[in-house]
Amino acid sequence: MKNTDLYNYILGIADNTLILGQRLGELCGHGPSLETDIACTNISLDLFGQTRSYFQYAAKLKGGDSTEDSIAFLRTERQYVNVLLVEQPNKDFAFTIARQFLFDVFHHLFLEQLQQSKDVNLSAIANKAIKEVSYHQRFSSDWVKRLGDGTAESKERMQDAINDLWRYTDELFHTTDSDLVMIKEGIGVDVKKFKDSYYQRVNEILEEAKLEIPESKYFQKGGKKGIHTEHMGYILSDMQYMQRTYPNMTW
Amino acid sequence: MTVVEGVHIDEELIPILVEVSDPEIPVLSILDMGVVRSALVADKHVHVKITPTYSGCPAMDVIGDDIKKALEKKGYTAEVELILSPAWTTDWITPRGRKALEDYGIAAPLDAEADKDVLLHGKRLVKCPQCGSTNTKMVSQFGSTACKAQFQCNDCQEPFDYFKCLK
Repeated sequence: MKNTDLYNYILGIADNTLILGQRLGELCGHGPSLETDIACTNISLDLFGQTRSYFQYAAKLKGGDSTEDSIAFLRTERQYVNVLLVEQPNKDFAFTIARQFLFDVFHHLFLEQLQQSKDVNLSAIANKAIKEVSYHQRFSSDWVKRLGDGTAESKERMQDAINDLWRYTDELFHTTDSDLVMIKEGIGVDVKKFKDSYYQRVNEILEEAKLEIPESKYFQKGGKKGIHTEHMGYILSDMQYMQRTYPNMTW
Repeated sequence: MTVVEGVHIDEELIPILVEVSDPEIPVLSILDMGVVRSALVADKHVHVKITPTYSGCPAMDVIGDDIKKALEKKGYTAEVELILSPAWTTDWITPRGRKALEDYGIAAPLDAEADKDVLLHGKRLVKCPQCGSTNTKMVSQFGSTACKAQFQCNDCQEPFDYFKCLK
């Protein structure tokens, strides 16, 4: 394949939206209230829609009998390159919100830059996706504030979730070899450039939510290289079940 | 037919396409919704370009099939292409489309500034499609489909959908 770096780069973006979409989809019928249930699955739907656009493009680059479905369903764990943050379990609603918030702030900043990509397909997808992600960010930020500045119980849970997931934030700013090639060509986004803005935005919301900003300097990484946490296998066994059981099935 | 800037639809196709509607909002023609970006005919073959409202909108596949069916019924062959750029905005909903939404019980999108005031600052600007009161409140930013938010009227108590502004 000629465009291996571009292909890898696209997977690096789309595996995040795929796996986070899958996690949120698990809440369908299980959200803490009807409204939040619908919100989480709506966000999931947006993320899956974006994933489809990315994977359709990736499948075209790969050629042969590659399709958006084969990319989504027929890879093994080590071939998924999403960040560890998005594969973390829902646990309680505070965790779901904290994970979403820490990702949404990144996602919005990332798409802002991707809109300027020299690759017309990627800039078009970014252009579309960023409108949706503004709503996601608004939703998750609102809930961080509501839970953080809520009851003693909700505050404690929200703080626990932020403390626990904080270690996965640094990986958002790691770059792979393919990322570097794409950045050089003006196709990819140099994530390091907005790392400061990321923490600044996150910290502003946490302060508004009367939560403490974690001070831990220990960060976990691996997802972007295909080395995942123990949760990933369970996600895939659930997500890939139909395709593995009935190969090539279609709806 | 209000023609949005940048949209090219051959005159003879308009009566056919206006009959195709969004399966989730059956009163709204896809032309009034602004999802058809071009429809050009050459030798009875039609090339249609549509753009999704939201990336994950599950209605797009159905809309594509419905367009094909409607055109084939009139003796055309058709191909439907999904395009992402320029991205759809609620500004492309025509005045007739907005009226159809209201009549159907869905509050039409406000402009971007007012939309922000409503969703972020809780201002009461969205008009209840049942009784017309603007004494309404947002129940949830996300509603029955990706494009809508849930509202309730404080006067007549009716819950209703608000079509979110997307720009």
